[in-house]
Amino acid sequence: MSNSKLTRRGLIKTGAVAGAAGLTLPTYLRADGHAGFTNAPTGDTVTLGFNVPQSGPYADEGADELRAYELAVEHLNGGGDGGMMNTFSSKALQGNGILGKKVEYVTGDTQTKSDAARASARSMIEKDGAVMITGGSSSGVAVAVQALCQEAGIIFMAGLTHSNDTTGKDKKANGFRHFFNSYMSGAALAPVLAANYGTDRKAYHLTADYNWGYTTEEAVRSSTEAMGWETVNAVKTPLTQTDFSSYIAPVLQSGADVLVLNHYGGNMVNSLTNAVQFGLRDKLVNDKNFEIVVPLYSRLMAKGAGANVKGIFGSTNWHWSLQDEGSKAFVQSFGTKYGFPPSQAAHTCYVQTLLYADAVERAGSFNPCAVVEALEDFEFDGMGNGKTLYRGADHQCFKDVLVVKGKENPQSEFDLLEIVEVTPVAQVTYDPDHPQFSGGNLGTCNPGA
Amino acid sequence: MDAIILQILNGLDKGSAYALIALGLTLIFGTLGVVNFAHGALFMIGAFCAVTLSRILTLSHTIIDETQKDFLGNPLKVDVPYIYDIFGQQTGDAIIDWAVPLSILFAIPVMIGIGFIMERGLIKHFYKRPHADQILVTFGLAIVLQEIIKYFYGANPIPTPAPDAFRGSFDFGAMLGFDPNTIIYPYWRLVYFAFAAVIIGAVFAFLQFTTFGMVVRAGMADRETVGLLGINIDKRFTIMFGIAAAVAGLAGVMYTPINSPNYHMGMDFLVLSFVVVVVGGMGSLPGAVLAGFLLGILESFASMAVVLEILPGINQIIIYLVAIIILLTRPRGLMGRRGVMEE
Repeated sequence: MSNSKLTRRGLIKTGAVAGAAGLTLPTYLRADGHAGFTNAPTGDTVTLGFNVPQSGPYADEGADELRAYELAVEHLNGGGDGGMMNTFSSKALQGNGILGKKVEYVTGDTQTKSDAARASARSMIEKDGAVMITGGSSSGVAVAVQALCQEAGIIFMAGLTHSNDTTGKDKKANGFRHFFNSYMSGAALAPVLAANYGTDRKAYHLTADYNWGYTTEEAVRSSTEAMGWETVNAVKTPLTQTDFSSYIAPVLQSGADVLVLNHYGGNMVNSLTNAVQFGLRDKLVNDKNFEIVVPLYSRLMAKGAGANVKGIFGSTNWHWSLQDEGSKAFVQSFGTKYGFPPSQAAHTCYVQTLLYADAVERAGSFNPCAVVEALEDFEFDGMGNGKTLYRGADHQCFKDVLVVKGKENPQSEFDLLEIVEVTPVAQVTYDPDHPQFSGGNLGTCNPGA
Repeated sequence: MDAIILQILNGLDKGSAYALIALGLTLIFGTLGVVNFAHGALFMIGAFCAVTLSRILTLSHTIIDETQKDFLGNPLKVDVPYIYDIFGQQTGDAIIDWAVPLSILFAIPVMIGIGFIMERGLIKHFYKRPHADQILVTFGLAIVLQEIIKYFYGANPIPTPAPDAFRGSFDFGAMLGFDPNTIIYPYWRLVYFAFAAVIIGAVFAFLQFTTFGMVVRAGMADRETVGLLGINIDKRFTIMFGIAAAVAGLAGVMYTPINSPNYHMGMDFLVLSFVVVVVGGMGSLPGAVLAGFLLGILESFASMAVVLEILPGINQIIIYLVAIIILLTRPRGLMGRRGVMEE
């Protein structure tokens, strides 16, 4: 119960307290610049916050994200060769920063832990005055930081997050995801699997026991069952598991002839290595070759599994071997600067930064609500995935999805995956109220302050 | 029946790793009275000995192949291992293929050296300190070692495959009269189990049948009296620390083909190994080995789909549950001695 009766004495007291607190209040609660939104840039610079895993098991992926962000900042400020700014269909960016303000950045370490990620995002917003937060390598982190940004009145441009929930039940008006999701992986993979392995298959799922694992299992199950596959079993594996032998050994006894590994990162490396060790791929079950599927591939992670990825199907958001102009431009600038090709995590982070900057330029304001309006239902091209739509209903990008396969004869340590199909966007598009995405509410944009 | 045999087999290799680490932990605790939380890090460093040797064997010089292009369209730089220049490509490839078993020879002196440095440089200063201090300092050391490895090798797992001759799996089912494919077991895990058995046997034989071992056992029982007899027991205990480090290191070397090593693998094993030591009985070498295999097998059983259907989540807690039951019924563990850690 709150007492809303206003008295003169009460008002003076409240005013005095608020006035005193104003000196110590975090920046984002103070409406700097009186522009009516959190962290409105006042000088001739603007600060972006890059929140990536700099320690913990995804540190290498985080390092690649950071490289991409540094490259994006360089391009936005007019340095380097301009990368994808030259191929981007929108021509609002001029290489003179964002709205004429030089782009600066601060970084935080998510540690791939939700609480640490929220703490580092909060610090970048409150202490450093970051006007936008981006990055991350996990859906748990993305959902947590997205909610924080919504409360603080900051735009969140998600990094690598693949769970349906990020733009499903946990979607927020201030959050935007360029990366694809579990549903899209299932929808893109199923026809390729049917074409290569037939429609009469028995699948056994091993699923990482957390949010992303569940949505990926659900997506792949429903897509493969819809084309005739039967799911004989689905077993959840602890996220901390390192040796999967006790989960893999019973697979053959179940009568399954396909193993689907709904695992990412270290889980994927270990479960795939164990499955190959057990010789599953050399077996003949139900008169068919036993097959393994990895729904979400990451080249950085695939490297850890070595030769075990050969011939195994999966999906990915982007790959450096794509030959469109945008991808070529990005690989050229990234490769020249760092000496190796970028990962899909680097790509999505670079693109997100440019998309944010472009939206601000088109909106003519850093106000989160103006940015949201500029990004909603924005159609663009030249960023490496063909024609793309940032759907207004859920803030999810809709674009072509890549189905890839572990390469049989890699030429280099980067050459691990080959693209077997570019699944057209129409095939991976779903209604905003699709059951796999139900339960959430985008709400309205929050400018904070 | 076949499912049970399968899970027993599965438990054996996991149990082998637990047993080897717990054996080293118990050796250190029994001799020096130190609770060494850096022991998992020694396992991890052992694994990275294998990674390092494979990197040394594949040290390369670069030649430029004008006929092929790299990802930027420049002529492709091809790495040619120096070992090809010395032995020719065929022999060179065979040596690289056998990098993991060869790493055993590389790891033994490295691990004994690291053990000596750890014991002389840091741990000896903590002999007289409470166990809590020892735990803190060795845990800190473990984190430092782990971060050093991460700095040099990165956070991602590094694939370190077994030799080609040991790839694939053995069909026990067909041998025992079950349907083919019902009980399969990778060759390398059989090698790991056999290797662990040999190492465990060797450590026991060393302690049981050599004069050095006899003195160490006497020292474990009554350090003061052995010292009074004019024997430099400290020196022998330092050597035992080196041996315990080597045992953990070798367990790590041979584990690399089972799971690609990363900087964190030691921590994954450490806690479980401590549970193993406590369940086996602090200071009891046979107890550590017995508990290692017992808990490894139990963990495998708890991961079976049928078990998980009845008791969801049991796979994550089974080891701790068993530890609680054993400690309630046998407070000194399975084979614990009176007076150990009891003031």
